[in-house]
Amino acid sequence: MIQIDDNRCDLCGACVGICPADAIAMSELKLRIDPDTCINCDLCVIVCPFNALEAEHEASKV
Amino acid sequence: MKQVKYDVIVVGAGPAGSLAAIHAAKGGAKTLLLEKDRDIGYPVRCAEGVSHIGLTNYVALDPRWIRSTIKDAILIAPDSTQVPVATNNEMGYIIDRRIFDYDLAMLAAKEGVEVQTKAYVYDLLKAENGAVTGVKLDYMGKKLEIASKIVIGADGVESRVGRWAGLHTAVKIKDMESCAQFTVAGINVDPGKILFYFGESWAPGGYLWVFPKGNNLANIGLGVNGERTGLGCALDLLSKFLKNHYPEASILTTVAGGVPVAKTLKRITTDGLLLVGDAARTVNPISGGGIATGMLSGKLAGEIAAEAIEKGDFSNSYLENYSKKWSKAQGKNHERLYRVKEVIFRLTDEELNSLAAKVINIPVSERTLLRIFKTLFMNRPALMKDILLAIAGL
Repeated sequence: MIQIDDNRCDLCGACVGICPADAIAMSELKLRIDPDTCINCDLCVIVCPFNALEAEHEASKV
Repeated sequence: MKQVKYDVIVVGAGPAGSLAAIHAAKGGAKTLLLEKDRDIGYPVRCAEGVSHIGLTNYVALDPRWIRSTIKDAILIAPDSTQVPVATNNEMGYIIDRRIFDYDLAMLAAKEGVEVQTKAYVYDLLKAENGAVTGVKLDYMGKKLEIASKIVIGADGVESRVGRWAGLHTAVKIKDMESCAQFTVAGINVDPGKILFYFGESWAPGGYLWVFPKGNNLANIGLGVNGERTGLGCALDLLSKFLKNHYPEASILTTVAGGVPVAKTLKRITTDGLLLVGDAARTVNPISGGGIATGMLSGKLAGEIAAEAIEKGDFSNSYLENYSKKWSKAQGKNHERLYRVKEVIFRLTDEELNSLAAKVINIPVSERTLLRIFKTLFMNRPALMKDILLAIAGL
């Protein structure tokens, strides 16, 4: 799961552009990540200019 | 939006989308231009630099757009060596995108384009054979479906229009610059001078820019390559720079952005659909500038869309003429710039410092960008050829 910090998210769309699974949308001026489509690759976390995304899944806890 | 069928729907009212709409309408197509935000031109996710030629090729210059006219460019090496570049009077500007984008949409309206804000497109309408036949959108909480013969996706780096049509648009991590920018006030900057800082400490795999806007204002921002964000996110690096270099600055605007410094997509058309601007990845891969090439792609796509409407052929085989025109006008140069980008943004701080030490000995009147690239690529003839052809073609 990717956690979104809405206070930090600037809706720039970098994460949407990088997402290989098309799991991210910016509907109603809010970032949404579909957990069923998300492949937990964390590219969105890496590319976020404002550190608004955080990975919270098994792989990241190792 | 009147619930009727349009010839062309353009998704996204940035410069590429507005140019596409203008040229589609000029060619006689009944055109609708949709913008997701409440305001066209806002928020500005752009450093706002554009060359004189890049701007005036596609639109008659309005002095209200110009915040400052650039006369000098300084490249700054990791060791702080300042390398002024001879610009040969190839002027550029820092523009005001709030006014500029708004005016372009106004020009589209003058051509008969219907423009609508707060229109969030969330999917495409498709025929049984997969051809794109319109858009699904959310307008003030209401779900609408609007049919069209052609859709033009001008929906930026975050483009999903292409994905919904089955095109592969995801940007590779190495081809994404993760950017942050402040517009700051109250700093002492020369209004005619732009600064570019290179190196690991300022902007790993990208650069940091100081673009003056007059009245002691400037856009100060940076891009970090997606593969190199480990040293801190763009915002943290930018805050650090500002604290060290302009502690007196007041921050008027803070924005994030993703800049695709990628090859143009292999496919920018499919049945009933064309992609333009950042959505098609037309951004100059070295400078990260997307205004001029975005407008070019918009113009070409709008023209082809209008021709397709006139001929009654919205198939990919006809719309591919846009792709061919792009390739001829800019696509080949884009490929060359991409190959050069792959090398220069991987240079180490030592290599950048050594380059600065060499080129600082060239008399300033002869120290053009081309001379600097020639020095860098002295032993790399393939890249030398790329840069020679790219600069000649720009």
